[in-house]
Amino acid sequence: MLSYLDRLEADSIDIFREAVAESERPVLLYSIGKDSSVLLHLARKAFYPSPPPFPLLHVDTTWKFREMIAFRDETARRLGLELIVHRNPDCLAEGINPFDHGSARHTDLWKTQGLRQAMEEHRFDLAFGGARRDEEASRAKERVFSFRTAQHRWDPKDQRPELWRLYNTRIGPGESIRVFPLSNWTELDVWRYIQREHIPIVPLYFAAERPVVERDGVLIMVDDDRMPLAEGEVPEPRTVRFRTLGCYPLTGAVPSQARTVPEVVAEMRTATTSERQGRVIDRDRSGSMERKKQEGYF
Amino acid sequence: MTRPNTLPPGRNPEDRADLLRFLTCGSVDDGKSTLIGRLLYESGLLHTDQLDTLAADSRRHGTRGAEPDFALLVDGLAAEREQGITIDVAYRFFTTERRRFIVADTPGHEQYTRNMVTGASTADAAVILLDARKGLLSQTYRHTNLVALLGIRQIVLAVNKLDLVGYSREVFERISAEYRAFAAELGITEVACIPISAVEGTNVVTRSVRTPWYEGQSLLEWLESAEAHDGSPAGPAHLLVQWVNRPDGSFRGFSGRVLGGTLRQGDRVRVRPGEQESVVERIVTMDGELAEAVGGSAVTVVLADELDVSRGSVLAVGTGVEAADAFQAHLVWLDEHEMLPGRRYLAKFGARTVGFTAERPKHRIDVRTQAKEAARTLRSGEICVVNVRIDEPVAYQPYRLDRDLGSFIVLDRVSNRTVGAGMIDFALRRSANVRWQAVTVDKRARTTRNGHRPCVVWFTGLSGAGKSTIADLVERRLHGLGAHTFLLDGDNVRHGLNSDLGFTEADRVENIRRIAEVAALMVQAGLIVLVSFISPFGAERALARGLVEAGEFCEVYVDTPLETAERRDPKGLYARARRGELVNFTGIDSPYEPPAEPELRLDTTRSSPEQAAEEVLGTLRGLGVLDTY
Repeated sequence: MLSYLDRLEADSIDIFREAVAESERPVLLYSIGKDSSVLLHLARKAFYPSPPPFPLLHVDTTWKFREMIAFRDETARRLGLELIVHRNPDCLAEGINPFDHGSARHTDLWKTQGLRQAMEEHRFDLAFGGARRDEEASRAKERVFSFRTAQHRWDPKDQRPELWRLYNTRIGPGESIRVFPLSNWTELDVWRYIQREHIPIVPLYFAAERPVVERDGVLIMVDDDRMPLAEGEVPEPRTVRFRTLGCYPLTGAVPSQARTVPEVVAEMRTATTSERQGRVIDRDRSGSMERKKQEGYF
Repeated sequence: MTRPNTLPPGRNPEDRADLLRFLTCGSVDDGKSTLIGRLLYESGLLHTDQLDTLAADSRRHGTRGAEPDFALLVDGLAAEREQGITIDVAYRFFTTERRRFIVADTPGHEQYTRNMVTGASTADAAVILLDARKGLLSQTYRHTNLVALLGIRQIVLAVNKLDLVGYSREVFERISAEYRAFAAELGITEVACIPISAVEGTNVVTRSVRTPWYEGQSLLEWLESAEAHDGSPAGPAHLLVQWVNRPDGSFRGFSGRVLGGTLRQGDRVRVRPGEQESVVERIVTMDGELAEAVGGSAVTVVLADELDVSRGSVLAVGTGVEAADAFQAHLVWLDEHEMLPGRRYLAKFGARTVGFTAERPKHRIDVRTQAKEAARTLRSGEICVVNVRIDEPVAYQPYRLDRDLGSFIVLDRVSNRTVGAGMIDFALRRSANVRWQAVTVDKRARTTRNGHRPCVVWFTGLSGAGKSTIADLVERRLHGLGAHTFLLDGDNVRHGLNSDLGFTEADRVENIRRIAEVAALMVQAGLIVLVSFISPFGAERALARGLVEAGEFCEVYVDTPLETAERRDPKGLYARARRGELVNFTGIDSPYEPPAEPELRLDTTRSSPEQAAEEVLGTLRGLGVLDTY
């Protein structure tokens, strides 16, 4: 009998194969985080001995942690995979950033609009993402194969019924499908799988002394000198790690002593807060993830 | 808000493989979302920031005053919060000391039945929720029916809001009895009924003092003891091929999921559809080659032979998996646009998408009464039994044995929407479902090659009249001329094709009907068919004549008087009939109807068999059958 992780793995591989067999131009949305790392590992298993038959796409906001970018380039090189990096040229021209424009506009313009641009430019008809249903209430409502209109819109009231393991992948011109092979995984499953499979992840997930400032109860790591400090604000070295990774000014660190994967797993088991509590962008407004998804955010 | 913690430190319940997938369903406002929120809360799964958010949301959207509104934990969509209803399936995860759970919280609104079916398709058990004040509603019947139809046999009825009827034992027992009687009609004999209050937490996780008269399990205890299975069929292994894996010219593997039992290196497999066979040479994974792959594994298989295997093929050990292109199925319609018999849809079976047509429904199933109703079409949320046809054969197993190979979805060709969900009952092989196949090599082509036209030469007459003797001579002459012939003799056919038939009138009619059909097929094959049968009834001879075209039927009446035939009695049958050892013997106790207008009448009292045979050939020439001879 398969173990629970074996079953999750087999389900995800199934989804990868089905999606690739039924699409013309698939792509994997690679956001460099732990879920992306697991996703990529599963993709390699699904198609072995062939390499994953699709490129990686990173929609870059230019505000990611530097360690993330280094890890991204190293991963693509190590695995010999094609990596497409898309930076929204309008945002580059206008210098969109979370400090002057706010987290909501920053995220919409860089990530949501950036993803739409990249999908259209490369005519991708199917994109894999690492979203999990346990992350957020509107994600719990998402199908494994999620249909998007030619305007990249998700209509939560009109999702395709998804029965058994039979996925409807038929689309018209300009339409696309987002596929979430990790739908039924939890945060703890992801960590236990990383442990079991020895999957490399960005070192930011492990506790280390890092320069942070506390803002609105969130610990922000000062990753470069672009971050404007308020008067009297001095970055302090604290032993912290990250549970999720995004744009560094929008991602809160947590105090932690967990320096290895087993220590992180042990910490997970006694955690009293959820993974996304450090995500500034989820808290903009109640239901904000749903609105972002409707606009085309993955 | 305090956070109860049912997980003792140091235990790792997530290491358990044991998983139960279940769904909750019920009518609007029955309290499903509240129940799930309560389960999550009581099983210690909510984090402090989620509880903070819940408290804030409860003040803004809640219906419970200062108390947390657990429904807001699962109704995460803005439209759901506005309307206070559940629109779409939400999947939630929780873990107790005993097992893991995935719960599909499905909507109660009738217009969202498709989402409820979605949740049920992957579930092992169902929690049917109802409001104790309202009792059984039409949605209770509908959901129970759908759940049963999808193969779920473990059902718990959660009688909710018992706090609002003063925890009345009488109300609970009346509702339970009514529900059990209904479930029994669906063949579900094991139903647990639990009195609960999701709002107050009564009998949700632990049994409550509020219902001292209730001696059964709490809902969570029931869920922890329900039977979980991995959805895989029992029996020999088979692999549904999803993707043909060809990294380079040296490797050709078939990637897919092992369903059923264990697939082993060296196993002999049959490729369905089709009859090709090969042997599993290697089972490949990124973690190394496997000697065997247990059910549920995702692997890549290399076969010993180069066979035609493509996406949608099934590599099957043993004989369980077959292929067919016509089925009787249960069909649930999911779309606002009604299902139209005869319309061309698409359907996805396993990993193959094919053209699909449904016939007019045999009957629609009334979800409340189980009654079979007449139906021309099918509207959203309705269920019917229907014969369906697809453009090419697919590998299948009946749904009751195998959810993976027994299910299909129907897709609209224009809108691309998923419009139907089907479950295969069995494959159809009845002739009514077989269309006449158009073929290129037709009768005309055969006639040109043969140099003669096809024809049925139908010899009729009493037993012992000389039919078979003359027919044999005719065939020898025709054969000598190079014609393509075949002789169907009554006695010989009764040894094989018609060995199940006796000599009653009904059986004699059937005897002739079958022979007429065979003769007509042989005419299609371009042959001159000699049929030597007593064939006593004019109606059946007319039937045989009607199966071929004008000019292709030559009735030869071998006219021998009864006394002559009886005197010859070559098989001794007349003697036995006269002694009463044979009944229904033509001419003795069963009538013979002589043809009124045969193509040829032979008087065997005046001519020899050889002369008679010549007369038959002359008649065939006259009909143009032997034009070039």
